Amino acid sequence: MSAARPGSARTAVARPDWWRREGVRLWGGIALAVVLLVGVAPAVLSDFRLNLLAKFLCLAMVAVGIGLAWGRGGMLVLGQGVFFGLGGYLMAMHMKLSDAGPGGVPDFMLLYGDGVVPGWWEPLRSPVVTVLAILLLPAGLAAVLGLAVFRRRVRGAYFAILSQALAAAFAILLVGQQKVTGGTNGLNGFRSFFGYDLADPVNKRMLYYIAAGVLVVMVVVVRLLMRSRYGELLVAVRDQENRVRFLGYDPAVVKVVAYAVAAAFAAVGGALFAPVAGIISPADVGVVPSIALLVGVAIGGRATLLGPVLGSIAVSWAETSLSEQFPSFWTYFQGALFIGVVAFLPNGLASLGGALRRRRARGSAVPEVGPASDVRPAAGSAGGVPADPPAGAPDVTTDTVDTAGRHA
Amino acid sequence: MDALLPQLFAGLSLGSVLLLAALGLALTFGQMGVINMAHGEFMMAGAYTAFVVQQLLPDAGVSLLVSLPLGFLVGGLLGLLLEVTLISRMYRRPLDTLLVTFGVSLVLQQAARDVFGAPNVDVRAPAWLSGAVPLLGMDVPRTRLFILALAVAAVLALSMVLKVTPLGRRIRATVQNRDLAETSGVSTRATDRLTFFVGSGIAGVAGVALTLLGSIGPTLGTAYVVDAFLVVVVGGIGQLKGAVLAAVGLGILQAGFEYSTTASLAKVLLFVVIVAFLQLRPQGLVSVRTRSLA
Repeated sequence: MSAARPGSARTAVARPDWWRREGVRLWGGIALAVVLLVGVAPAVLSDFRLNLLAKFLCLAMVAVGIGLAWGRGGMLVLGQGVFFGLGGYLMAMHMKLSDAGPGGVPDFMLLYGDGVVPGWWEPLRSPVVTVLAILLLPAGLAAVLGLAVFRRRVRGAYFAILSQALAAAFAILLVGQQKVTGGTNGLNGFRSFFGYDLADPVNKRMLYYIAAGVLVVMVVVVRLLMRSRYGELLVAVRDQENRVRFLGYDPAVVKVVAYAVAAAFAAVGGALFAPVAGIISPADVGVVPSIALLVGVAIGGRATLLGPVLGSIAVSWAETSLSEQFPSFWTYFQGALFIGVVAFLPNGLASLGGALRRRRARGSAVPEVGPASDVRPAAGSAGGVPADPPAGAPDVTTDTVDTAGRHA
Repeated sequence: MDALLPQLFAGLSLGSVLLLAALGLALTFGQMGVINMAHGEFMMAGAYTAFVVQQLLPDAGVSLLVSLPLGFLVGGLLGLLLEVTLISRMYRRPLDTLLVTFGVSLVLQQAARDVFGAPNVDVRAPAWLSGAVPLLGMDVPRTRLFILALAVAAVLALSMVLKVTPLGRRIRATVQNRDLAETSGVSTRATDRLTFFVGSGIAGVAGVALTLLGSIGPTLGTAYVVDAFLVVVVGGIGQLKGAVLAAVGLGILQAGFEYSTTASLAKVLLFVVIVAFLQLRPQGLVSVRTRSLA
């Protein structure tokens, strides 16, 4: 990754020593987030708002995975809705079955179908099987698809298009198999979550705490992954896949791991989304919702740790508050966000401060330590190398910065 | 055996629609490496062009003939605008282009919704395209035949342009070796713009053709753009031949799957087949040999 850059040298002058200490800002940030999520938010928000926030947190879980696969791994995952949907539907199926009671038949099957629970639904009566399925099935699907695709060195735009086609096919399949999936309406009207009554506001709050806790765990997992040798490899594969191959590593395996982890995160997000929102439907999993998840990640800073989470929550919040009042305006705004952020601020808002500071500093008398130009990875030809931004801006809590600090 | 021939024709017909949708992409994605998610919305713009023209010229036959070149122009100009304002800045970041053009497609869809309203609208087909002609013992709708002919004509015209005209020569030169083309006096910037104009224009024509198949709405393009990209991925980049083969192949496969299972399952099966196919030929059906590692 990029070595000493002018910005980092200057930060050394401007910032106190402890601020630069590895991990201090990061763990401080996580601690602050925990206090805000667990302490402040439940105290000040109404039950309705808190439930809304829980929904946003579930979407932010998908964003954490996208940040790992796309931001660090350079895989443009356009079909995370599939894994989100798999998790959501698995959980929803379990809840429908447990609502129906032992041996019972979910209500929508009596409505659309012949009232017989299909055999592949039966194992989901067990809570243990359901949780295992949510954790393993989407990750397994991602691993199989990823191995098939990455082993043959299909990547860049081709992978993006394939992941998108998967989302399209999945949504069409869900709509088409109405007898077993509820069709366009999806699955809704859940009464209980692992035996807890969902109508009880106390249990709704409990769901929020679970979502907040799971999200924090995911962020910590990504942090640990990125601090490990594996994290360095993942970023290396993003920037120079062929060099990694020449060094004796298998880039396909490196990518598959990140893709599978991202899929598992999305699935857990979906599994919590279903009871929180009270519905999971094809509208949550298709092509457009899958891509829409990316905008928050892009805004927050795709290659940062907390950027995807904050960006995704901010976008969800903006969507809820804006689209209620001006539904047509929101779509324009969303389109403009995609265009503006990705085209002109590829590192997201997290890089804005650093970019401004560099610009200001360029005018000052401080001598340049290194080349002022960004150390961009040489972008290859059509769709080959994911031309990602260079390492995060100096003032962002990214691992890439830590790496640069260690090596500098 | 009786079912085979109609199935084959249904596949061919589906393939011709796919081909029309994918032909422009074969040019912009295949030749230039730009992933334009707004391609579907250019088709939508072409379809609404046909709608507007028919409001002005009530005779369905005349309006169709006027719409085809006008749809090309509308799609092409939209593409040119997009190329000049956004895509030209991002040739080194193909994956980001995908997201930016997705934003553009959101804006265009909403614009169509605001201008023409969310409900679908209909464009009347001309009288000489209504009904069916008996062919090899089955009744073939004339509109399907017309689209098939249009797709063939578009492929022939495009390949002629690429083969014999100065523009085509410049496009091929730029694709094969951008730097060498530039040093030989080809303005690669102007070539990029023109290529994008032509590719987007074909999307407009495809949109006009789609009005013959059913009613049109603001989300018309999203239904086709994913399939169209798959055609280009399977066909391989750099040559039209691949796109043609892939479109017909995928069309026939999908029609076959739909016949033997259901429409929704057919999509999933098609996806599995495509991933399996990429195991055998990750570079697509037809590809230009290069020595690059990527």
